[in-house]
Amino acid sequence: MLKRPQWLAWGAVALVTLVLLNLPDQWAARVKVAVGVLFLPLFGLVGSAQHLAGEASRALAPRDELHRQLEALRRDHQQLQLELVRAREALEENRRLRHLLDWHPPGPWKTRVCRVLARDPASWWQSLTLDAGARDGLRSGLPVLVPEGLVGRVDHVAETTAEVILVGDPRCRVAVIVRETGDTGVLSTRSAGVLDHRLVDLTHLPRLLAVRPGHTVLTSGLGGVFPPGLPVGTVVDTRSVGYGLYAEARVQLHADPARLREVLVLLP
Amino acid sequence: MNRTRLTLVLLLAYLAVFLQAAWQAPRLWLGTPLSLLPPLVVYAALRLDLLALTLLALAGGVALDALSANPLGTSPLPLYLTGWLIWARRETLVQEQDYARLLLGALAGLLVPLFTLILVLSSGAEPDLGRHTLWQVLAGTVVAGVCTPVLFRLLDRLERWFVHPPLTTGAYRPDREIKRGRS
Repeated sequence: MLKRPQWLAWGAVALVTLVLLNLPDQWAARVKVAVGVLFLPLFGLVGSAQHLAGEASRALAPRDELHRQLEALRRDHQQLQLELVRAREALEENRRLRHLLDWHPPGPWKTRVCRVLARDPASWWQSLTLDAGARDGLRSGLPVLVPEGLVGRVDHVAETTAEVILVGDPRCRVAVIVRETGDTGVLSTRSAGVLDHRLVDLTHLPRLLAVRPGHTVLTSGLGGVFPPGLPVGTVVDTRSVGYGLYAEARVQLHADPARLREVLVLLP
Repeated sequence: MNRTRLTLVLLLAYLAVFLQAAWQAPRLWLGTPLSLLPPLVVYAALRLDLLALTLLALAGGVALDALSANPLGTSPLPLYLTGWLIWARRETLVQEQDYARLLLGALAGLLVPLFTLILVLSSGAEPDLGRHTLWQVLAGTVVAGVCTPVLFRLLDRLERWFVHPPLTTGAYRPDREIKRGRS
């Protein structure tokens, strides 16, 4: 038999739970931001500590090693200069041809580098928090990537932080195209693999499957959220599902979501 | 209830939620974040009173939901329910042995995510569930079990630093005094 203090405790927990669960979305988001602000000093402290550790390791790096790295960077720089000249020529040709066809290209995207502050503490959500928010020009729906490939899209945006839903979370579906075959599909949830967290299911592929392991997957631009041509991953294997009515594939993402420290947000 | 103990537990809950969100290493090694709230709930249920357990469940749960994509309000009830199940039977539970703490921690590490998932799913959200979820829950159970005895030792040590030991009563009892002579 429950005694009075126990009834009171149960009542308090049940009341708080009911009130919070039934808050309108806007209010719930405000409460989350207000409570989340309490953790910002700790996140700032960790960021400063990492920065200091980086500075210290740079200061302690041997001179020979720095010279070697400098030489390697010089070589890379010369190589990239050559490629840049070629790319500029191709871009100019592309612009000329677009002009001839009277086809207006989409506006160029700007990027903003953001630091990853935290990940979702619950293991059943694939999301992370960035150190930039509405005051930095971020808004809901913007694509997030790293040089290796697509990472996800911005969801909720607060004044100084933003939540990113990663590819593989059920809330972030990506329309993609297989570069080698032109087949289109949708990247949905994480694949059943336990050991490799980079595997994602590619669904809605055509029945007559031409897709093979090793093929490259890019964003198709359908749906308008992600611009076309962003690298996403590589096909690992394919299978026929629904009694052969359609096909699915497993894709290994180029970007490793578990090792992200900085990401790029594409700003229109 | 000792206020210092409660303050220590709430402070640790704050740090536990922060570590769960910010520390990447357990996620890379185990595939699941380090969840320290269930061991704290076991500690509160065995060593503190119901008010402390309630405050821990409410503060820890709301903080966890604030940093997570969970609908706000899904975590306090599972934390409290798990803590209450232990608190209500604490007179009959073995408390001082490490193996008992390990088992209780593992039980809490299993029950808290399961209850939370039930609430998340009943709220209509679509979490990322699959075969990997079983692994995550299993790993979380083991980690919570291992962390619980460690946490008890840590908190006992902290308590020795910050809390005055209770006055020990001597063997002298005035009601047992033999009074000699005539009164």
